[in-house]
Amino acid sequence: MKSEGKKRIWAEYQKEIADDHYFYVRSCIRQSFFPGSEQFFLHFLGDVLGKDIYENPSHTTCTGIGYHADVVPLSTIMTVIARHYALMKDAGYRHIVISCVTSFGIYTEIFETWKHFPEELEKTREYLYKATGREFDLPESMTHTSDIIYKFRNEIADRAKYRLVNHETGEPLNIVEHIGCHYSKMFPKYGVGGAEFPNVLGGMIEAWGGNVIDYPERRHCCGFGFRQYLVQANRGYSLSNTTKKFSSMKPYKPDLVLTNCPGCTMFMDKWQYTIREMEGTVYGENGESIPVLTYEELAGLVMGYNPWDLGLQYHMVQSEPLLRKLGIEYDPADKFKTKDGRQMPLPQNLINA
Amino acid sequence: MGNYYEMLMEDVRFRDGLNACINCGVCTAICPAAEFYDYDPRKIVNLVQTNNNEELEKLMKSETIWYCGQCMSCKTRCPRGNVPAFVVMALRSLSMKLGFFTESEKGRQQFAIKRTVGENIFKYGYCVASYAVSPEMHPEQGPIWKYIIQNAPDVYERLGGGHFDELGAGPLRKIPEDAKEELIRIFEVSGGTELFDDIEKHSREKAEHMGLQFDDKGIDNEYFIEVFTANKKDHHA
Repeated sequence: MKSEGKKRIWAEYQKEIADDHYFYVRSCIRQSFFPGSEQFFLHFLGDVLGKDIYENPSHTTCTGIGYHADVVPLSTIMTVIARHYALMKDAGYRHIVISCVTSFGIYTEIFETWKHFPEELEKTREYLYKATGREFDLPESMTHTSDIIYKFRNEIADRAKYRLVNHETGEPLNIVEHIGCHYSKMFPKYGVGGAEFPNVLGGMIEAWGGNVIDYPERRHCCGFGFRQYLVQANRGYSLSNTTKKFSSMKPYKPDLVLTNCPGCTMFMDKWQYTIREMEGTVYGENGESIPVLTYEELAGLVMGYNPWDLGLQYHMVQSEPLLRKLGIEYDPADKFKTKDGRQMPLPQNLINA
Repeated sequence: MGNYYEMLMEDVRFRDGLNACINCGVCTAICPAAEFYDYDPRKIVNLVQTNNNEELEKLMKSETIWYCGQCMSCKTRCPRGNVPAFVVMALRSLSMKLGFFTESEKGRQQFAIKRTVGENIFKYGYCVASYAVSPEMHPEQGPIWKYIIQNAPDVYERLGGGHFDELGAGPLRKIPEDAKEELIRIFEVSGGTELFDDIEKHSREKAEHMGLQFDDKGIDNEYFIEVFTANKKDHHA
């Protein structure tokens, strides 16, 4: 195959990712469902790499879920984002790091809106000043947290205690990478590899020794659909799309699904439970379901962190089959303990447990 | 009856999203909603660009505009740079402003979203927070979610949440009152509160018309339960 053309297109989608001095904005969904991932991200950047990363406790929701469920107008969400930029300006930072893919999409959409409709930027400045007395500057760079882990993927590989290889067979693990739609489908230039060759997760998997699976529905939405999940009557949409994805990937025997969007991670984990309850279908081998991890959870495992400090026990699909394949040593007795080592009750009816 | 096309043109997403559709249907081929609903984004964009006021009103009163899941896959693929999802977002906004949304089962759901995610924004400073996702309303979250909710302070403390529902830094920290007040002020000056009020007003009228009990607050009323759970029409292809 001639690859020159592909390389040229790929070169257009290289993204500049800031090296230091990050203003960090949390995610509503991440902090609720995957707080261990945010904890690892901040620890890795700050304590391991010695980077300057700052968060302001007054940072609120971006209102993105409300916006995409049509209860928050564009003019309002633009002003909320402007307030976040004002907090960043006050703290003396210029590189914003966004923890959520829905938020990341919001930031890119608003940045492009302000560029193409400068009157909207001026209106937003007026609204923010009128509402809060605050003023803001546009950021020098916008990166998603997965961009940062991608940037430092080789630093993680250098510190790896485990490779993404089956320790019994020596074969690379087969890994599905699922990229949240709003990461680069709207504005490809803001994503590593754009929408055509997104490599933000594939690059991590390859750097850490795994094998990326290509399958027909690789770019299909996880099925969140905002109002299609938020309202109980619509959840069939969400579940059906997840079913379509898992049915498509099943023949390729994935050992793991890796995602960069907190909604996708949550849905691909929880809907496996629901499908199993509804019709008994499982998508992994040996009657098991497929663990779905965030990129920080995977980075943490590769670096030899305790899986229970990363929060893997708080997924519906438990990760022990994956830990065994990787040859990771773990302490089952530590799984449901508090930070100071007190035993908690044991949850029942988890999958793969 | 005003000129709906002109009203839609006031929305920058509509101006950005409609650039002479050639009816190729790529948006429909890629659309997750078209896969499972009786939904065709190509038809919507084609109808909108005909600028037929009567048809636009019918569309804004229909189930159709509420099927999109806003994944935005159509934006990537349109060879003419159209964004059917942006067109749909503009149609939904106008439908709510004019009160047309209560004419369809799917449109009426806006009330349920406003009372849950919408009000979470003012209550917590978050759209979603673990304490706002009740296991009873979300059985699909499974036993692990019930466990997390029952043991929340311990679960979150181990994973970096030293200020769970308290002032401080970290996940699920309590948002300071002055920050929440700023959010409320932003909604007031930028049209967010007006949209909330429109949804409430038209929903109250609809509840009365349907003979369902309606409360000014909360989710424990007949109209909320009806719009949150009703699935009485055949929405599927």
